[in-house]
Amino acid sequence: MSTQVPETQETEESEAETETESVPVAQQRRQQRKADRRERVEERERERTEEEAASDENRYHLKVFRYDPEVEGKQEPRFDEFHVPYHKGMTVLDALMYARDHFDSSLTFRHSCRQAICGSDAMFVNGRQRLCCKTQLSDLEEPVRVEPLPHQEVVKDLVVDMEHFYDQMEAVEPFFQTNDLPDGELDEQRQTRENREKVKMSTRCIWCGACMSSCNIAAGDNEYLGPAAINKAYRFAMDEREGSDMKEHRLRILEQEHGVWRCQTQFSCTEVCPKDIPLTAHIQELKREAVKNNLKFW
Amino acid sequence: MYEHDVIVVGAGGAGLRAAIAAQEEGADVAIVSKLHPVRSHTGAAEGGINAALREGDSWEDHAYDTMKGSDYLGDAPAIETLCQDSPKETIQLEHWGMAFSRDDDGRVSQRPFGGLSFPRTTYAGAETGHQLLHTMYEQLVKRGIKVYDEWYVLNLAVSDEEVPEERSCHGIVAYDIQSGEVSGFRARNGVILATGGPGQVFDHTTNAVANTGDGVAMAYRAGVPMEDMEFIQFHPTTLPSTGVLITEGVRGEGGILYNENGERLMFEYGYANNAGELASRDVVSRAELTEINAGRGIEDEYVHLDMRHLGEERIIDRLENIVHLSEDFEGVDPLEEPMPVKPGQHYAMGGVETDENGETCITGLYAAGECACASVHGSNRLGGNALPELIVFGRRAGAHAAGKDLGTAEITTGKRGEWEAGEVDTPVAPGAVRSPDDSAVADGGERAADGGTMAATGDEVVTRAVDAENRRIDHLMTKEDGVQHAEIRSEVQKSMTRHVNVFREKEGLKQALVDLREARERYTDVYVNDPSRTYNTDLIQTIETRNILDLAEAITLGALARDEFRGAHWRKEHQERDDENWLKHTMLSWNEGSPELWYKPVILEGENKTYEPKIRSY
Repeated sequence: MSTQVPETQETEESEAETETESVPVAQQRRQQRKADRRERVEERERERTEEEAASDENRYHLKVFRYDPEVEGKQEPRFDEFHVPYHKGMTVLDALMYARDHFDSSLTFRHSCRQAICGSDAMFVNGRQRLCCKTQLSDLEEPVRVEPLPHQEVVKDLVVDMEHFYDQMEAVEPFFQTNDLPDGELDEQRQTRENREKVKMSTRCIWCGACMSSCNIAAGDNEYLGPAAINKAYRFAMDEREGSDMKEHRLRILEQEHGVWRCQTQFSCTEVCPKDIPLTAHIQELKREAVKNNLKFW
Repeated sequence: MYEHDVIVVGAGGAGLRAAIAAQEEGADVAIVSKLHPVRSHTGAAEGGINAALREGDSWEDHAYDTMKGSDYLGDAPAIETLCQDSPKETIQLEHWGMAFSRDDDGRVSQRPFGGLSFPRTTYAGAETGHQLLHTMYEQLVKRGIKVYDEWYVLNLAVSDEEVPEERSCHGIVAYDIQSGEVSGFRARNGVILATGGPGQVFDHTTNAVANTGDGVAMAYRAGVPMEDMEFIQFHPTTLPSTGVLITEGVRGEGGILYNENGERLMFEYGYANNAGELASRDVVSRAELTEINAGRGIEDEYVHLDMRHLGEERIIDRLENIVHLSEDFEGVDPLEEPMPVKPGQHYAMGGVETDENGETCITGLYAAGECACASVHGSNRLGGNALPELIVFGRRAGAHAAGKDLGTAEITTGKRGEWEAGEVDTPVAPGAVRSPDDSAVADGGERAADGGTMAATGDEVVTRAVDAENRRIDHLMTKEDGVQHAEIRSEVQKSMTRHVNVFREKEGLKQALVDLREARERYTDVYVNDPSRTYNTDLIQTIETRNILDLAEAITLGALARDEFRGAHWRKEHQERDDENWLKHTMLSWNEGSPELWYKPVILEGENKTYEPKIRSY
């Protein structure tokens, strides 16, 4: 489904916790808990009022995409607005976590490491694929619009189905293969510093899917391997430890109808890659290698 | 119900290695993980893998360094196994294509690390964990090993014998996060826990949001003791605003720590006159906080780590990732100015009690990696010893679970060997909150709803566990109001960071127990606000919070009981290591909700020698 839905004004965030009457019980402890809870609710209410009294400059205004296939009111995609208190250094992920933990616990998104290595939180922020944990709010225009990655099916809120991305990654034989491994279990294969340097950037991929989501070709051709998978193949094809036979084998995989030749060098993948991998350059280099390889047998 | 020979819970370094090893032994193996494997927190490890690969180095030296670093609380059979197996396992990764940094002669690079007598930390830039994780996932794909990703494991299916040592594990119960399906997974041979660290117990941590100690808590409630939980490593160089890790490799390459006055604090104030910045992590963390508490910190919060003198070329070659992390998460370009750093929770030395084959006292239940305690790290882990632990003990657990004979373990588990009862004076009773209503279901305090009737078959054990988890989820989802987990979790994290941090005092530890008791009571009133069965992270986090509570309590109880200063565990009232009374592991058994403290002796007898406790100075 498309995530580009018409914007509708929706309800402001509401405190999830409300006082309700509970059945009176004799136990003092329960009474105490209730009193404690009331106190905490009041305290949170106070904090909230204070926060709201603070000037708007100290809050960031977020518009966040919401969708849930089984919850009434969320089956039609909508945008919810959150006003999150700002602190220096706050990232889009911090803001989403704040909104979830303080305003609406059903707000759903993937995240884990918070340091741009697990690749869970690529989203479409102000019209561009970005990794939320390394995107500073202060670099963005308000309101900050947060949507799921385009061109992938939305599961719920900001979570997309990654299966197709994983399938493409796994379609390029994404594992080291060689015909001449040393015999001894303590014998290393040698690799030059230059060769390690050559594959270094390609090994930095964190499988976030930002590149694939930004690619027009991938959007139109579901079978196109896409920039991340081709980069994965590059990582092995260029690794001298695999040997020349294996390189030829890899180039044949990449030359297929939905392989490297589909790329039209629009550079969108390179622009959005949060790990600065020169994806387009890698694809181009593989095209040249493929041509060279074919000339050899001509 | 799904069925496999071996089921691995968690897909980081230890879980992936275990799965590969089990399959190599011919087992039908599957991984069940709440994250897709490449999202695992092993990927955030930076520094490297300790392995005695080179001329002039030996596994014996590695073992000596590790035992000294552990402050003589590691068990020699586990430490020696780690050091003997690590070279082979490290080169195995090279054979799988891992992109290690290279020397001029084309061999894998090694560098100095804290507490090591030889530069044996094998690395791939400052992103060794990322390279290791992806290399192993590639091997998983190559072998076609089944992964149930984004399935959250709710509980273990363990039989109900009265004595934990007589129980056996028959599988797990898991929840498909995407669809909301609850299902049993029968494991014919064994279940291996590889669920990682418990960093979310604290609020300033290098750990991921997913590191909630699920495996440790599940094993604990099933009857396996937690071992040495009070030993928490605080890494000396984390970025103040986020807790993002700055690798020890920076100091390994020559980075220097300065206080506010520009003094090289490690030498100026005598914290480590020989090793300086490369003293063991606990030593450096305490030095930094002592400086900050003495008013010599910058903005009363942090110190400076300077690597500019290494030169841009060397920094980019060996530590490039650090430049990005510092810029992205602290806004500081470390090529231009020093990085602000302070100690942050990083690693748990303790965990699920296992032997050197990864086996727990419950038949068919294994643990490996950070969630396990064999014990390799004792009271303090050396930098570069976590990644070899994953691959060495991951492999052993996987192979053993699949039926390979690894010989009889020298380490005993449960109360099978020598042990003594322990006692600790607590201000409130720890353990399960006994509640008259059905909130006990949410508390997870009961092992079996039917009061412990013996289940006849493994399938029945799994089915019964599935029923219990369905009841728990129904309770959490149908409850209309109450407390939300985020509030409880945040209060636990604050209390732990305030009272159970680098510096620990008796009264503070007692206060933490009071806070934790209150949190447990509030948890009986917890509810899930999100009504959806689709990708309900509110539900998952609510269950994780229960696990956090169990681990926080165990850490605090151990810290209060151990009235000595050893390794990472510092007590204000007890400033000496006390070998007379404390050369023993702290064990905590759930005991059906009334935690029991006991001790077992440390094993200092190695293969060829006995490690004599010495003063640990750097």
